[in-house]
Amino acid sequence: MSEVAVAEVVKEPLFSKKNRALISNPLDDDNPITVQVLGICSALAITVQVKQALVMTLSVMFVTAAGNVIVSAMRNYIPNRIRIIVQLVIVAALVILVDQVLKAFVYDISKALSVFVGLIITNCIIMGRLEAFALANKPWPAFLDGIGNGLGYGVILITVSVFRELLGSGKLWGFPVFGHKVGALLSDGTLATEASGLYALGYVDNGLMILPPMALITVGALIWIQRSRNTKLIEG
Amino acid sequence: MAVDVNSNKYTFIFAAVMVIIVATLLALASESLKPMQNENVANEKRQNILSSIGISVPASEAKEAYEKYLVEAVVLDANGAVKQTELNAFDIDVLKDYKAGLSNIYKANSGDVDAMKAELLKFGTDGVNYPMFVLNKDGQDVYVVPVVGTGLWGPIWGYVTVAGDGKTVVGAVFDHKSETPGLGAEIGQASFQKPFEGKTIFDENGSFTGIKVMKGGAKGDEHGVDAISGGTITSNGVSEMLLRTLKIYEPYFLGLHSAAEPEMVELPVDSLGMSMDSLNVEVGDSLELSVN
Repeated sequence: MSEVAVAEVVKEPLFSKKNRALISNPLDDDNPITVQVLGICSALAITVQVKQALVMTLSVMFVTAAGNVIVSAMRNYIPNRIRIIVQLVIVAALVILVDQVLKAFVYDISKALSVFVGLIITNCIIMGRLEAFALANKPWPAFLDGIGNGLGYGVILITVSVFRELLGSGKLWGFPVFGHKVGALLSDGTLATEASGLYALGYVDNGLMILPPMALITVGALIWIQRSRNTKLIEG
Repeated sequence: MAVDVNSNKYTFIFAAVMVIIVATLLALASESLKPMQNENVANEKRQNILSSIGISVPASEAKEAYEKYLVEAVVLDANGAVKQTELNAFDIDVLKDYKAGLSNIYKANSGDVDAMKAELLKFGTDGVNYPMFVLNKDGQDVYVVPVVGTGLWGPIWGYVTVAGDGKTVVGAVFDHKSETPGLGAEIGQASFQKPFEGKTIFDENGSFTGIKVMKGGAKGDEHGVDAISGGTITSNGVSEMLLRTLKIYEPYFLGLHSAAEPEMVELPVDSLGMSMDSLNVEVGDSLELSVN
């Protein structure tokens, strides 16, 4: 066996500058969605409502963090030739666990997310982080990296979902912010017979915002804003 | 002891051990969480049934509340007659029966599209159980009918409650497996379900109409509600589901009409007298009137 050279590592504080960067980098400079352009499919699918985006973010964060820690802890024992399959099995097992636990303890949330929890398995961010980071680093930095990338994913997801829910259905977190449309359910359990708020002035929800193409356009706009602000990201 | 992590032997052993560990873990998790998940599903069913008569309770109290309001749960056959059966109506999985029925039709008529369509139109006539829950709402019996159908991406289902007169809809709830959020998924929202209240499934001549989900708006139609814009296929699915399922329960509801009528004709003499008094008419006049 090739002897793994273990360099004597200087004891590093848990939140050293390098470790903090593991969390902060994915939020901006190395964002998984807007910079690495990974995990786009789920960003299009579940950003219609803020609530779903948040639960999805938490689930993905758990899977990236736990997956990173497990793979990192096993990194010296995983045979190189089957490492992708090993990672996939670990991710799949974690996702199934998340799904089962959600179903048992927070049934209504698991229903709202339906198939998308299962689809976390196919989220490129997770495999990408396992392959690029966890296999080469210790469990603690790998954990931070997982949390950071989960956050970076979540920030974009939630930003997009805020725009989509607000402009698409006139709500935020299910709460009507622009007033009521005709036929909307009021808090006293009756249906609104006339529009109130902005709708009374003739405002109409933008149905396009609800459809997936608009999510792509919103992500595109976010990328544009991010790059015009952060010139480091502009290539060549 | 040094082990070559890249040798064939190690790779095989690693893969086998890992798969066994993961499988055991998942099986354990699944088995230990199963009772809670089943209870959640049953409680959700109870919540849905209750919410179709306008009562909303948290999941933790669903069981108690359901038992409090339940008068009886009956099973009908495909002709709308009450069946004598050992089956517990609550345990009947209507979605499973529906799927099995669909796949039977597809298998029996593979390749023959016209025959398949004809079969689909008279769907669900053989041997299927149709559960119905009789609940007590404000001292009156109301009839909760489970409905299942097909949306755009997967099954849709719900409960429609019909009042004691067998005509008026008291309430309806719908749910879905994977309709598009913001579009078809809106059938799960109160703003779609609320308009069902007060609609009727029979016209004034007593012939069955069901409730249609109408594109372009129901505009006060008493047998129709507004469809969801952008969710046409889901809306059509709801419409089809209601027509098909309620049609099966039609004979039962017709039975309720005729059961309700004798009571209206044979008014007790006392109450007749009272209404005469309140109307300020001579008894003789009104008797003549009723003869005419």
